[in-house]
Amino acid sequence: MSALLRVSHLSKHFHGLTAVAGVSFSVRAGTVHGLIGPNGAGKTTLFNLISGLVPLDGGEIVFDGRDIARRPVHARAGLGIARTFQNIRMFEDMSVLETVAAGAHPGLSAPLWHCLLGLPRYRAEERAVAAAALDLLTFVGLAERARERAGDLAYGEQRRLEIARGLAARPRLLLLDEPAAGMNPHETADLARLLRRVRACGVTLLLVEHDMGFVMEICERLTVLNFGRRIADGTPAEVRADPAVIEAYLGTRAAARLSRPRQPRP
Amino acid sequence: MFAQQMANGLVLGSTYALFALGFTLMFGVLKVLNLTYGFYFTAGALVALAGVRDLGLSLWLALPLGMLAAGVLAVVIDTLLLTPLRRARAPELASLMVTLGAVLLLYSLLSMALGTEIRRFPVGTVPSGAVMLGTVRLGAAQGLIIATTAVMLAGLWLLMSRTRLGLALRAVAENEDAARLMAIDVPRTVMLASLLSGVLAGAAGVLIGLNQNAIQPYMGEFMMLRGFAVIIIGGLGDVRGAVAAGLLLGVAEVMAAGYIDSMVKDGVAFTLMVLVLWLKPAGLLGRARVSRA
Amino acid sequence: MPLWLEDFLWTYQTLIHSLGINGLLALSMYVVLAVGQLSLGQAAFMGLGAYTGALLSLHTGLPFALVLAASALVPALAALLIGLPTLRLTGVYLAIATIGLGEVLRVVYVNAGITGGALGLGGIPDRTEGWIILALLAAALAGCVLIGRSRFGRAMEAMRSDQTAAAVIGINLPAYHLGALLVSAALAGLAGALSAHSSTFIGPNEYAFETAVTILSFAILGGTGSPLGPVAGALVLTALPELLRPLHDFRGVFNGLIIVLVVLFLPRGLVPWRMPRLGKTP
Repeated sequence: MSALLRVSHLSKHFHGLTAVAGVSFSVRAGTVHGLIGPNGAGKTTLFNLISGLVPLDGGEIVFDGRDIARRPVHARAGLGIARTFQNIRMFEDMSVLETVAAGAHPGLSAPLWHCLLGLPRYRAEERAVAAAALDLLTFVGLAERARERAGDLAYGEQRRLEIARGLAARPRLLLLDEPAAGMNPHETADLARLLRRVRACGVTLLLVEHDMGFVMEICERLTVLNFGRRIADGTPAEVRADPAVIEAYLGTRAAARLSRPRQPRP
Repeated sequence: MFAQQMANGLVLGSTYALFALGFTLMFGVLKVLNLTYGFYFTAGALVALAGVRDLGLSLWLALPLGMLAAGVLAVVIDTLLLTPLRRARAPELASLMVTLGAVLLLYSLLSMALGTEIRRFPVGTVPSGAVMLGTVRLGAAQGLIIATTAVMLAGLWLLMSRTRLGLALRAVAENEDAARLMAIDVPRTVMLASLLSGVLAGAAGVLIGLNQNAIQPYMGEFMMLRGFAVIIIGGLGDVRGAVAAGLLLGVAEVMAAGYIDSMVKDGVAFTLMVLVLWLKPAGLLGRARVSRA
Repeated sequence: MPLWLEDFLWTYQTLIHSLGINGLLALSMYVVLAVGQLSLGQAAFMGLGAYTGALLSLHTGLPFALVLAASALVPALAALLIGLPTLRLTGVYLAIATIGLGEVLRVVYVNAGITGGALGLGGIPDRTEGWIILALLAAALAGCVLIGRSRFGRAMEAMRSDQTAAAVIGINLPAYHLGALLVSAALAGLAGALSAHSSTFIGPNEYAFETAVTILSFAILGGTGSPLGPVAGALVLTALPELLRPLHDFRGVFNGLIIVLVVLFLPRGLVPWRMPRLGKTP
């Protein structure tokens, strides 16, 4: 298994505040990789750097062998990176199906004049997009909602729609920013099942999450950040026992007191 | 000759700076490009004119009266039009559009009511004396303009940096939600921001009306182009930049009129603006926040 | 054609031309709003098209089709001039730059000899015919509808709804913004030339701020969910002052009031329906 995404010495400052300081880690293809750390550790900034929403101040981002640090945001989707957001970003007025179809944008190529003249290649492409979108909706369990307005969906359903939208362009890497936020244990379990199925289709997952039970359950590797720096990197078991991690989350005295790692939830 | 032109340019530039300042304040705190701002400018000038002509007030009273009228108008418009939109968290475009509609409405009403002929301040509003500073002749009106602008700028600086209101204004401009969480009375602060920017516009209106000896309903609209150019050249939302850019533009216009051709004067603002957009979009001092996603 | 129809079309020729021309202007506004931008340059672009077309007709013997093409091209070039630098800047810059363009052009028209100065240009040949306007309007409308239903339409609505999400799913925002601006300038220029060759006279004050806001009012009244909205808005706002004579002098007040009321109370406009963006849904 090779590194699909390699981030080296990445840094970002905002007006004298260092959000990310020299962070390096790799995500292996076909795995579920978690990015955790206390609030304010720089996780979302890191996501913004990888997806290109924020320019980096130093370091390298190599995706699939290519240096993407200078590529514009929209180009990264075409290269195979998709992402969801901490605060779900919906296209409120579009229908559920249209939303997923919009997500397929980078893969479509029939030129504008084909569209204006109604040429067969364009029409075939549109039919294929609609069919593929419906398949994706079935995959995430939203097929019955296909015609509804995206803004009218319940929170959990919007999350799944965001994931479907991200998958529409057939990405190799899906970045998920706190996908389990605001979910009860039942919804969280459903999400875990869905993400495992996504991974089984060959998509590599990199997620930021605070729900430790969720993280320990589905992640195969973890990178831990604190104050913009990487303080640990390894399997969940290794990270759980790492004193630096415990100290970051619970403080020095608690770290000293703790002797046993937590058991994962059933 | 050069020095005289410089002086004239600085006088003109001070009025631009004053105009742009109020606009920047409004933009920075209220986060909206308020096109009715030009109208406050006109209102200030017209009220001051009425004060001098019809009520026989001296300029020392008419000026504050005009400023106050403009300020009140600004608050009224903000309350009627912009606050409801802000409360409904309408998109930025909506605020811009509603001020567009309002300004068209207001200008049309005004020109229907008053006609479009040019009015002037009566002779004798300002003493006709002048001083000689070296080779430069500074008329009383010009001196008044520079002095008033300097006083207002100083006053505004003191307000922003030394008072609680100033702190509140800056806080709301930075992050409205955070300001609210810190128990800053945001609606009241916003209202005061409107008042202040209206007052600045009104002052600029009176002073420009004096300097150019012409007041007419659409003068605010003419100023808006200058105002836009100034805030882009100075950097959107940057107060110091607005002042610097205003002075620069005033000098540039006078120089262009004097050394090239007076017809070119009106094109200077736009040309400089396009140049800045192409070469240094963050403004001359490079401090505006410009890019989108 | 029956005589009564011929008479009707002749009497109301000016109105019919205005309806079509304003429809084109409304579409030009729609195209820009559809990608989430606010450009207030429609009047400026219209003026450029009008003067270009008028000057070409008055001084050269070019066929009308070429004159129209040139009248669409020149404004597009101007749009490129202010559009390119503002691409990566927030939307406010474009709004300001386009207002500025209008003002500066007005000054140019007043001062340049060739444009007839403050008195404008007269004696423009009457080459516009109703069917030309109608054909162009229908073509533009059809184009907007076809594009709207396609992946381009989806991309545009995505951009309008949430720029960040749109960028992240691979939509090239600057390209769409620029493209929309160029198309809108071309449409407005076309409308300007058609108008010049219909009224046979143009002046520098016809393409100023008030006109820009009027054009915006078409789009706002009609709603921007579908290209039919702004066209409907244009029809209503053009026909009303003609049908209600007293309203004519209050046009500025009326248009301004419409914008204010619609933005505050009817944010989706009169025509609230939304175009489907995936052809036939399976």
